[in-house]
Amino acid sequence: MSLCYAYYPGCSGLGTSLEYDTSTRALCKDLGIELVEIPDWNCCGSTPAHAVDHLLSACLVGRNLGIADDMAEERELDGIITPCPSCLKNLKTTQHRLADPEFHRKVELIVGRPLKAELPIKSVLQVLVEDLGIQALAKLVQKPLAGLKVVPYYGCIMVRPPQIMQFDDAENPMALDNLLAELGAEVLPFALKTDCCGASLGTTRKDVITKLSGRILDAAEEAGADAIVTACPLCQLNLDMRQSQINKANHSGHQMPVFYYSQLAGLAAGQGEASTMLDKLCVSPRPLLAALAGHTGEGA
Amino acid sequence: MPSSPKTFDSEFIAEVQRESEQNLALCYQCGNCTAGCPVSFAYDYPVNQIMRLVQAGRRQEALSSHAIWLCSSCETCTTRCPNDIDVARIMDVLRHMARRDNIVSEKAVGAFWTAFLESVEKHGRVFELGLMANYVGKTGRMFTDVDLAPIALRKGKLGLKAHDIKNLAEIRGIFDRYREQKQ
Amino acid sequence: MNIGVFVCHCGSNIAGTVDTEAVAKTALTFREVVFATDTMYACSEPGQAGIVDAIKTYDLDGVVVASCTPRMHEATFRRTLERAGLNKYMFEMANIREHVSWIGKDKEANTRKAEELVHMAVEKLRRNDYLEAGEFDINKRVMVIGGGVAGIQAALDCADGGLEVILVEREPSIGGKMSKLDKTFPTVDCSSCILGPKMVDVAQHPNITMYTLSEIESVKGFVGNFDVTVRRKAAYVDWDTCTGCGECTTKCPSKKTPDRFNEFIGQTTAINIPFPQAIPKKASINAEACLKLTKDKCGACAKICPTEAIRFDQQDELVNEQVGAIIAATGYDLFDFTKYGEYGGGRYPDVITSMQYERLLSASGPTEGHIKRPSDGAEPKDIVFIQCVGSRDKSIGRPYCSGFCCMYTAKQTILTKDHMPDSQSYVFYMDIRAPGKNYDEFTRRAMEEYGARYIRGRVSAIQPKNGRYLVKGADTLLGEQVEIEADLIVLAVGAEAAKGANELAEKLRISYDPYGFFMEGHPKLKPVETNTAGIYLAGSCQGPKDIPSSVAQGDAAAAKVLALFSKDKLASDPQVSNVKLVRCIGCGKCESVCPFGAIEMIDFRGMPKASVVETVCQGCGVCTAACPQGAIQLSHFTDNQILAEVNTLCL
Repeated sequence: MSLCYAYYPGCSGLGTSLEYDTSTRALCKDLGIELVEIPDWNCCGSTPAHAVDHLLSACLVGRNLGIADDMAEERELDGIITPCPSCLKNLKTTQHRLADPEFHRKVELIVGRPLKAELPIKSVLQVLVEDLGIQALAKLVQKPLAGLKVVPYYGCIMVRPPQIMQFDDAENPMALDNLLAELGAEVLPFALKTDCCGASLGTTRKDVITKLSGRILDAAEEAGADAIVTACPLCQLNLDMRQSQINKANHSGHQMPVFYYSQLAGLAAGQGEASTMLDKLCVSPRPLLAALAGHTGEGA
Repeated sequence: MPSSPKTFDSEFIAEVQRESEQNLALCYQCGNCTAGCPVSFAYDYPVNQIMRLVQAGRRQEALSSHAIWLCSSCETCTTRCPNDIDVARIMDVLRHMARRDNIVSEKAVGAFWTAFLESVEKHGRVFELGLMANYVGKTGRMFTDVDLAPIALRKGKLGLKAHDIKNLAEIRGIFDRYREQKQ
Repeated sequence: MNIGVFVCHCGSNIAGTVDTEAVAKTALTFREVVFATDTMYACSEPGQAGIVDAIKTYDLDGVVVASCTPRMHEATFRRTLERAGLNKYMFEMANIREHVSWIGKDKEANTRKAEELVHMAVEKLRRNDYLEAGEFDINKRVMVIGGGVAGIQAALDCADGGLEVILVEREPSIGGKMSKLDKTFPTVDCSSCILGPKMVDVAQHPNITMYTLSEIESVKGFVGNFDVTVRRKAAYVDWDTCTGCGECTTKCPSKKTPDRFNEFIGQTTAINIPFPQAIPKKASINAEACLKLTKDKCGACAKICPTEAIRFDQQDELVNEQVGAIIAATGYDLFDFTKYGEYGGGRYPDVITSMQYERLLSASGPTEGHIKRPSDGAEPKDIVFIQCVGSRDKSIGRPYCSGFCCMYTAKQTILTKDHMPDSQSYVFYMDIRAPGKNYDEFTRRAMEEYGARYIRGRVSAIQPKNGRYLVKGADTLLGEQVEIEADLIVLAVGAEAAKGANELAEKLRISYDPYGFFMEGHPKLKPVETNTAGIYLAGSCQGPKDIPSSVAQGDAAAAKVLALFSKDKLASDPQVSNVKLVRCIGCGKCESVCPFGAIEMIDFRGMPKASVVETVCQGCGVCTAACPQGAIQLSHFTDNQILAEVNTLCL
């Protein structure tokens, strides 16, 4: 079974979450999932667009859905996938709202082209778990992550609200848990797995991030985790890049690496630094990885 | 302020219900939304009271609250509401209405979103450095996240150049036509 | 024919939007109508007297009343005709209230429609026949299904009234949910102390036969003549020999059997007596947990039993009982809270249901009345009670209020304080429902005298934290979030229809609502009857209710049965199907479509013909629609009678 998707990277993949985009592409390649980047894609508008106007948000998304429509004319596509939950939410919400003929007409007028927008839209994680099956991942594993204690952190919108995201269980999702277990890691139960990290309030209200993300780091430490594993660029940024800000505000001394699951998958599959980009993480995972048997810290 | 027929704005309730496609009468003020809201600690009104303000037709207080700007859109309220109300969508709609009326109680948040969308309009994809510069310009908050600049640069996470898309005209067109139909 | 038409004003209900005088005037122009008038309230005493008068004065032999729905007053007016000496089936009603005045305000259109409906009624009446009700015998025995407090009360009342009672209960012991309670509100009576004597009365009553560990297999027949097959499940113990000494339970090695009676908190042995006050006090074996029955090992109980009562080869037994009435008192079950992922979805050992907590509180429970955390056996200090788990919640399809949870939670906080004076109870609630006698005073006592802290707001999530739990709730009166660290969390789970209620309703041919609760005949006026003659309801199977209401309904259902049996014969409804033998070709279509099994194929002079069992026929008419020959006709609703109405309207 060969899968082929239109790939929507999202803006952070170009900068702050470059390692997520790169490791995702590398992982899909190894798994035989073909990703065709949506040509000349534009920003979905993230939170600011839907918080300002649902029509504007739908139009920014709509242009991308239109390009994907064109792609689907040329070749068989299994759907549109993206690694970023915020992009995913905007894509799916827009598709949902386009079902209303009046709204659909308005969006087409502003975007300036007809829109079908019927391709299934999923997260990369969802495709791995539902369409491919994590057993396929197991086949890739060359260096199981034995001894690595992790807590899976899904972030608040990966599986919520359930009517829109239609993936896994909204209160106790297990997709990441199962995937990481398949990689050989020791996955600890984590009560805060869908609690909000503070999202886009980092720039304007840092105190919200230091409190909410601080709480997540505290809980991860209490659980005995060596690292947190995420699937969201904003969560990863808040927990990793802002870890120093959190420590300062809360007088804590966290040194907890925050991986993207795709990085760990690549690591377990024996991929090199060019694919996993572990050195991009602000809180360095090198000491942790060196301490684990079977992995030597690769040079930066 | 005591509630009286004079301050009950039924048009406001109708507008919120129309735009959000939610029935406010379904809310029986159980407080589940407030209980699960991660940012409640920073709010002036907890989210169940924002809902109550709308039910009571209190337009001014609802739209001039700080809470609606500090909501992180985490969807916890919507996911757990026992009456299946999309509370997060109502918060979005209140933000839309407040912005249309030029009532922005959390100036920084409003400025951040404007700067973000201006960046999208200009480049097609968000240019983080440009966005930050614009934001600082609007708010005067020069020291925002300067402590993160060194590590961001070192890790190559702060692009110094924008990633303009090819068909920028299409984006400009979208924004122009959007603004036109708003009039 | 001489037909009289009476057009009712029903005050302003009809007259407000229908010109009743005009309708009466128009009615006079219809064929064979010799008298027509409008009247203020046809069903009132003067109204009915007016009808009787007119019948006598104008020598009427048929009456049309244009008023409300026949479901309201058809029976009333039929009796009026009988009083005037007419056959009660020479009567038709035109519904000009529910079908006309209540649905539109256009007086002209309404009046026209009312006239048309009256015309249709007149034309049907012109084709009506005299019908006479038959009679049949009644079997004055009653079956009570369900041995909870409602069923027990119904059984005792019927038995005391001189009737033979068969009580069928699916658990090994009677007692129902009430037998699981420690204490009852608002008196804080010990539940088994007040229920126990009634249970013993049932066991000792000469008129009551108990079948426990039994279920209804099938129900045939009709009011006065039901034929019920009961499946008596194998207990693998001969209950005629078993003395209930309990020796077997001490020797059984299979000690990790899930304990149903104790709500799966704690374990029991494969052979067990559910609780000390069980009636009948007999042992039964859980087949899935028994080593002998699954692996042919052990057999210790058989060796130790002093009366050799163990029977590993025992089979289910089917028993037939003929009864004249059935009372369904099958109770309720509790909502499965694992649907709430935010409360742990069943993964957190110290988040338990109210019934599980009740078993912990009970001195005959798994912890002998010592409140212990299931996770580590420690005594909890901070206990959080959460109301409305599975009630008043549209998002999980349970919008109704279960009615007793506010009360039982208040009771549990009081008992908690009694058991552990140093503990602190918190209750998260939305509203307090305490409508009964001494109920509100009781809930106030919990707050005012027993120190329970009531917080108005729901709980969004429960998160484990360092061996305890963080309960994230809200205080909407203060407008704040409230986080409480708790040792134990008790969920006030709501009531839902008992498992298997739907299937039983289908067997009894009674209706049930979207939640599986059995439908009463009328929500206000017929709480213990169903729309199926001879079948009555009592207790929570009709809707969640407290013990006093359940007992009252048990009394009421028994009264209905005793009234039914006060006659020796019952009248049969002549509005049943009849087969015209000369037209019937014996195809059997009617037999196959009849939902009640009221048609049998007989041999008539060597030819197959259909035959209607009049007492079973409910007059639904499906057979008449199925018959290709028009050979089977429903009396009072024949093809010609219905066609007359259609032609009046359409031609």
